[in-house]
Amino acid sequence: MMERHFEKVEAELRERILHMGGVAEEMIRQSEEALLERREAPIVRIAELEEEMNRLHIELDDRCLKLLALHQPIAADLRFIMACIKINSDLERIGDQAVNISQSTAYLLRLPPIDPPPFDIRRMVALARQMLRDSLEAMARKEVALAESVAHCDAEEDGLKKAAFIASMRLMQSDPSTIERALTLILITRNLERIADHATNIAEDVIFWAKGEDIRHNRNRKETNP
Amino acid sequence: MSDERTYSILEARGLSAGYGSGDAIRNVNMHFYDKRITAIIGPSGCGKSTLIRCLNRMHEEIPGTQVRGVVALSERNIFHMDPVRLRRQVGMVFQRPNPFPTMSIFRNVAAGLILNGLRGERSLAEVVETSLRQAALFDEVKDKLDQPALNLSGGQQQRLCIARALAVEPKVLLLDEPCSALDPIATAKIEELLLQLKDQLTIVMVTHNMQQAARVSDWTGFMLMGELVEFGRTDEIFTTPRDPRTQDYITGRFG
Amino acid sequence: MTDARLRRRKIVNGLMFSLTAACTIACLAVLFVILGYIVYHGAAALDWSFLTRLPKPVGEPGGGIANAMVGSAKIVALAAVLGVPVGVLGAVYLHEFGHNRIGFVIRYAADLLNGMPSIVIGVFAYGLIVLPMKRFSALAGSAALAVIMIPIVLRSTEEFLRLVPASLREAGLALGVPRWKVILLVVIPSAWGGILTGILLAVSRIAGESAPLIFTAFGNRFWDNGWLNPMSALPLTIYTYAISPYEDWHRQAWAAAMVLVLVVLAGNVLARLLMRGGRGASNA
Repeated sequence: MMERHFEKVEAELRERILHMGGVAEEMIRQSEEALLERREAPIVRIAELEEEMNRLHIELDDRCLKLLALHQPIAADLRFIMACIKINSDLERIGDQAVNISQSTAYLLRLPPIDPPPFDIRRMVALARQMLRDSLEAMARKEVALAESVAHCDAEEDGLKKAAFIASMRLMQSDPSTIERALTLILITRNLERIADHATNIAEDVIFWAKGEDIRHNRNRKETNP
Repeated sequence: MSDERTYSILEARGLSAGYGSGDAIRNVNMHFYDKRITAIIGPSGCGKSTLIRCLNRMHEEIPGTQVRGVVALSERNIFHMDPVRLRRQVGMVFQRPNPFPTMSIFRNVAAGLILNGLRGERSLAEVVETSLRQAALFDEVKDKLDQPALNLSGGQQQRLCIARALAVEPKVLLLDEPCSALDPIATAKIEELLLQLKDQLTIVMVTHNMQQAARVSDWTGFMLMGELVEFGRTDEIFTTPRDPRTQDYITGRFG
Repeated sequence: MTDARLRRRKIVNGLMFSLTAACTIACLAVLFVILGYIVYHGAAALDWSFLTRLPKPVGEPGGGIANAMVGSAKIVALAAVLGVPVGVLGAVYLHEFGHNRIGFVIRYAADLLNGMPSIVIGVFAYGLIVLPMKRFSALAGSAALAVIMIPIVLRSTEEFLRLVPASLREAGLALGVPRWKVILLVVIPSAWGGILTGILLAVSRIAGESAPLIFTAFGNRFWDNGWLNPMSALPLTIYTYAISPYEDWHRQAWAAAMVLVLVVLAGNVLARLLMRGGRGASNA
């Protein structure tokens, strides 16, 4: 049996999705650099990356639409396209969150840093990045176990965000001069938590594609309440 | 999907054709781009078979057919050409597989060369092997080249007919509903084959199977009651058709 | 439905079935009675010398039909050489170009010719060939038989050409092969088994004709002297011997009839075999 033409189209689509994932990762990495190292340059870079992200978002939507229209995929092929459509929009949202972080960071850079920081934001950033990287890796290798591990990390990120919220509240109560900066930090933790959610969605879509099982909403999932 | 538009190797200009009373196709203007697959779709009796037959003058085999307008192959009006020479450049594969029953697999593929007494620098065996490989059939038949062609399955016979057409190295290959007599697996093989072949030649295919047109072609023309209603890139026809009649047909809301 | 009506229907059904069966048997019976009668009378006189010797002079008993057998073969062969190309090529014309009024007229004429009494054709050959040449000849006999053969070959060949799917012709034309080559190298080979069958049946038919030969080939009691002279033939021998007053000649007529019947029968059987095995099997 020769290779199906559809497989070629499918591989191309997957390659574009992973490329888009790479852009999203880079955006998070740049916002991390701006936030943690207090640098301006990455913020400009993020604006450029967002433009590419938007182009990719439209391109991938178009690809998926045409693939559905022209190939009428079914079974695993159909699940793959479904997953791609959803992953596409998750990645675009991740990009938006990275932009939000960079904007908040731009604000923070105009003020002196809080010393010592009220909570460990490094861990939250690292975890969000790790979750996105793992979900994309799971997509690239169609690896269910890795995707499942991403879903488990989501709880930790939620916990970190809650802890950060409480620590920030305490700081603001004890030293009102930190209110502006602490509130901004809370916004950033919320952005990070959203990124983790989107990464989790991606992982769930990978599992749906690979196994045909919908594992969403089966666990007690956190609700964000700042 | 091949995005770039290539030059138009074959073109119908104001083409009308009919059998005795009334026209089967009316004033068709259509381009067929080089090394692309163009599909012609439409309901039964819309004139799509008449149109494709006009492209290498096979319509003349049906007594009483009249044609007006121009079909140009590389800017030459085919109606002023010798039909025999035209058909060597514009080959055709038909709805039902039609291998020559008195000939072996080998001689079927070589038939165009043998019957024409054409011998290039390549040996017959070479041509046969190349053509069978192009038609993705060589591995299945290499050990039984001297067996009668009719021993093959329907799908294999159709690929044999494609190999036979390829052996005379046409510039354009016309296929008139090439899969309508085949099962889904044989159909899928032919579709894959066409996608591979388009690197080498221009393909025009009539099909009543819209999904097939969608899967395989780069350009699609939709015909209705003898008129070319819409012609455009396949992805556009199947996502955003301009004409409501096209919309109705491809969504199955017809009649 | 009452029992009585059902019974009546069953009886009628049985009667009709018996009647049709009886008619079928009658048909077959006629054939076998004729065959049996010929074998009964002919087998006694049939031996090797009968097949290999010339006739004895009138009055002397014995002798054979060697010259008649060879003559028949020669006359029929020449008739086939004259008639088959005309019939086959005419059929090709009819098939390719005969979808019009002319084609209809030709077909109708062929059917009329086919129904023409063979003695009329004999007279025709007599008037057209024998009288101008002022001699009876094998050539005239062959010409007469060829005339009988042409419509048979024409119609059967056309019929078999018609059975060749149009798609094959289209396949050939679409490869850029000229029409005449497609007909010669694709269409005719595909119909060849059937065409040959038609030719064989026509040959069998003319091999048994005596009437057209009476005023043309005429007959000859010796080895022939070439195509332009009278020649012997099996049907002529049978005719001559059967109407003679000699007992011995009657006996020989039966034997010759048996030979003729066997030859014709063999031709028919061969045709049937060809027909069965011929479609598509012959390798070009």
